Amino acid sequence: MLVLEKRPTPSKGWAWGTPFLAVALTMIAGGAMFALLGKDPVEAIRTIFWDPLFNAQFASYSRPQLLVKAAPLILIAIGLSLGFRAGIWNIGAEGQYIMGAVFGAAAGLALYPAETRWIFPLMIVAGAFGGFLWAMIPAILKTKFRTNEILVSLLLVYVAENILASMALGALRNPEGGGFPGSRNLSQWPAAANKELIAGTGLHWGVVAAVIAVIAAYVLLQRHILGFQIKLSGQAPRAARFAGVKPETLVVLCMGLSGALAGLAGVFEVAGPAGQISIDFNQGYGFTAIIVAFLGRLHPVGILLAGLLMALTYIGGELAQFMLGLPSAAIQAFQGMLLFFLLAVDVLSNYRIRLASFGREAR
Amino acid sequence: MTGDTLLSVEGIGKSYPGVRANDDVSFRIGAGEVHALLGENGAGKSTLVKMIYGLVKPDVGRMMLRGKAYAPAEPRAARSSGVAMVFQHFSLFEALNVAENVALGMDNPPPMRELSGRIREVSEGYGLPLDPARLVGDLSAGERQRVEIVRCLLQSPKLFIMDEPTSVLTPQEVEILFRTLRQLAAEGTSILYISHKLEEIRALCDAATILRRGKVVGSLVPKDVSAREMAEMMVGATLNAPARAAGKQGPVALRVTGLSVPSPSAFGTSLKDVGFEVRQGEVLGIGGVAGNGQDELLAALSGEIRTGRDVVQVHGRGIGDVGPNERRRDGICTAPEERLGHAAAPDMSLMENALLSGSVRKHLTKKGFIDWHGTRAFAEEVVKTFDVRTPGIGTAARALSGGNLQKFVLGREILQEPEIIIVNQPTWGVDAAAAAFIRQRLLDRAAAGAAVVVISQDIDEIMEIADRFAALNEGRLSEPVPTQGLTIDQIGLMLGGAHGMHEAEAHHAGA
Repeated sequence: MLVLEKRPTPSKGWAWGTPFLAVALTMIAGGAMFALLGKDPVEAIRTIFWDPLFNAQFASYSRPQLLVKAAPLILIAIGLSLGFRAGIWNIGAEGQYIMGAVFGAAAGLALYPAETRWIFPLMIVAGAFGGFLWAMIPAILKTKFRTNEILVSLLLVYVAENILASMALGALRNPEGGGFPGSRNLSQWPAAANKELIAGTGLHWGVVAAVIAVIAAYVLLQRHILGFQIKLSGQAPRAARFAGVKPETLVVLCMGLSGALAGLAGVFEVAGPAGQISIDFNQGYGFTAIIVAFLGRLHPVGILLAGLLMALTYIGGELAQFMLGLPSAAIQAFQGMLLFFLLAVDVLSNYRIRLASFGREAR
Repeated sequence: MTGDTLLSVEGIGKSYPGVRANDDVSFRIGAGEVHALLGENGAGKSTLVKMIYGLVKPDVGRMMLRGKAYAPAEPRAARSSGVAMVFQHFSLFEALNVAENVALGMDNPPPMRELSGRIREVSEGYGLPLDPARLVGDLSAGERQRVEIVRCLLQSPKLFIMDEPTSVLTPQEVEILFRTLRQLAAEGTSILYISHKLEEIRALCDAATILRRGKVVGSLVPKDVSAREMAEMMVGATLNAPARAAGKQGPVALRVTGLSVPSPSAFGTSLKDVGFEVRQGEVLGIGGVAGNGQDELLAALSGEIRTGRDVVQVHGRGIGDVGPNERRRDGICTAPEERLGHAAAPDMSLMENALLSGSVRKHLTKKGFIDWHGTRAFAEEVVKTFDVRTPGIGTAARALSGGNLQKFVLGREILQEPEIIIVNQPTWGVDAAAAAFIRQRLLDRAAAGAAVVVISQDIDEIMEIADRFAALNEGRLSEPVPTQGLTIDQIGLMLGGAHGMHEAEAHHAGA
């Protein structure tokens, strides 16, 4: 009989090992699913994980896409991870991402067609502010009225989606667009464009911001008292109060920071890869980032790797749909398996599995 | 009294990963004998009684009960062989009444009316009166313990195991319990009694077995030796009683007036108009059974609960409205009772836990950035000075034994050299040698001019180190009186909250 035995100290090795084990298990279970769908599992897995990077035919398109897709995921996940570590559950990053894009785009478009190099920085500030503002709603409701931030932030996503639609159809609609919904194309307006910094790499300012966020979060968590307080609040709330942490301040701080980073991701997206405000501008980065945050163990470096991996499954998944005719639901199930296995094998970092014979006392 | 052997334990051993909890333990308990099991924290007492009660199976060795091989597979088997146990932590449902709680703990309870009658009969027969119809939630800790005891007695046990039964009792309640236990012994029931309180063991027990690091290091007749000799056998070293320097007392360092706060938790006790003063160099002992507002009082002093500015004053300056870190800056350090989760974060290393409360006074941050070198040095100093047994300062707090973590927490606060230090149950679960060391360090702090407040359930501890004594009862604090010349009876009355005290306190507060 297998028994779980609590480790005296959480295993460092398994904390790092479980994501890899989870990826391996996902490949096995996903492969089985693809086989049941009548596809060659080895080829499907190769198409998802290998071809986007190394297949001569697809890599030139896919490789830049890796950074383009990973950057918003990492940026958002870094912000979320700080809150998650403190036990503050911002589930509405998608809404903050939308509001960041709307605020950023609106700030830029208000000045159209001026040509000054201050427009893009202004849009970035406005985007971060938009996300921050949207996250402040659940934060303040939580601190003042003890509402549940999970519900409020999640429901505000749908409010944000409606604001986005109304902007695309109304205030921000391109006056020269012939009545079609959607704003002017920001990526074709040099003053506002989030340009590709090195051609053919997908590297844009959002990628730079994501890397900075990773480093800053790492320093914050390892070296700064605020990072310590964040970790402490999540692990032992009473001890945190004893250590002088004010829970309200921390809620506002973590929500605000994750909102601002999600807003940044939104503005970089709207001014670059997406180009414009449109009804279907958001593609679920804010939700996927939750998976990325946990896949990366809420650790900045882990999130960097997890973001890249997640982006790869997106790109590879699209490729598999296109090349092998896999249904998109199968790809989503595949991504879901990743989170499932990650959470399932998580138990190994706090427990060890031991073989115990019947009748013997287990401890 | 000690006739035939009831239980003999022969060469029993039990290992857990990394620990030999019991190693070749042998001893015997005679019928009708009150037998004490003594040892430091982690000496293996709990493992041993768990094996006797069927909760843990020994790796090697055997036990004989009344001459027959005895190897209970589970507590139910132990109970049916006539072995009963009262744990340190009660397993009672507050929302059920006494009879229902008793029924839940029995393997085949009789009908409720019959059971109620039996409870009344047994509880009165043993001098532990209980009303079977009362809700357990309304009972005091002492009365709850009676429920547990009566539950065991209803099954007429041959061997009755009690784990630290007196830690929740007032001196008067201890006397009542002892009368019951002596009566039981006289009727032929053997009692295995675990306690840290050596004087109690001398008063009650016929024989004692002493464990150290999982091995039996001696057996003796407690009445024939002094408490000090027993303690020295337990730790295997010579003990020094805390030395009280005839300290000079300075001006009032900490003054609390009219402190009334509702408890933040649903089952807590609100503080009602608490007031006291502590001078520099003085030790104030606050006694009382747990759950009478101790946690709330500590939180109000540490800054976790904020009050009006002038309710808490340091050197005449109001600080009631600021948080823990500001108060640390003003020289107040506190050590809460609950070690895991309150005083320390369970999953964090000792180094991180040193930072938890030490960052302000030990200047462990610079512009918000953590000085890990300084933190490491501080954690190592605590571990070294207070003899915290740990593989290293990278070990998670939860991996330490309770007593070791307590030493770490107390050491962390004391080594910050606070001007005012408030500790709640400073030596709870700590062995005799470490307790003496902690008390000595608290006295040293007082001698160095700090105001010390010791909140404790252990009356002996308070009598040993405090200059003045006050009792906390249902959130009210009696007027502090000098400990010198105070008798156990007077203390008992104060802890029980005799009504004169409330009036005196109201007078005092109004004056």
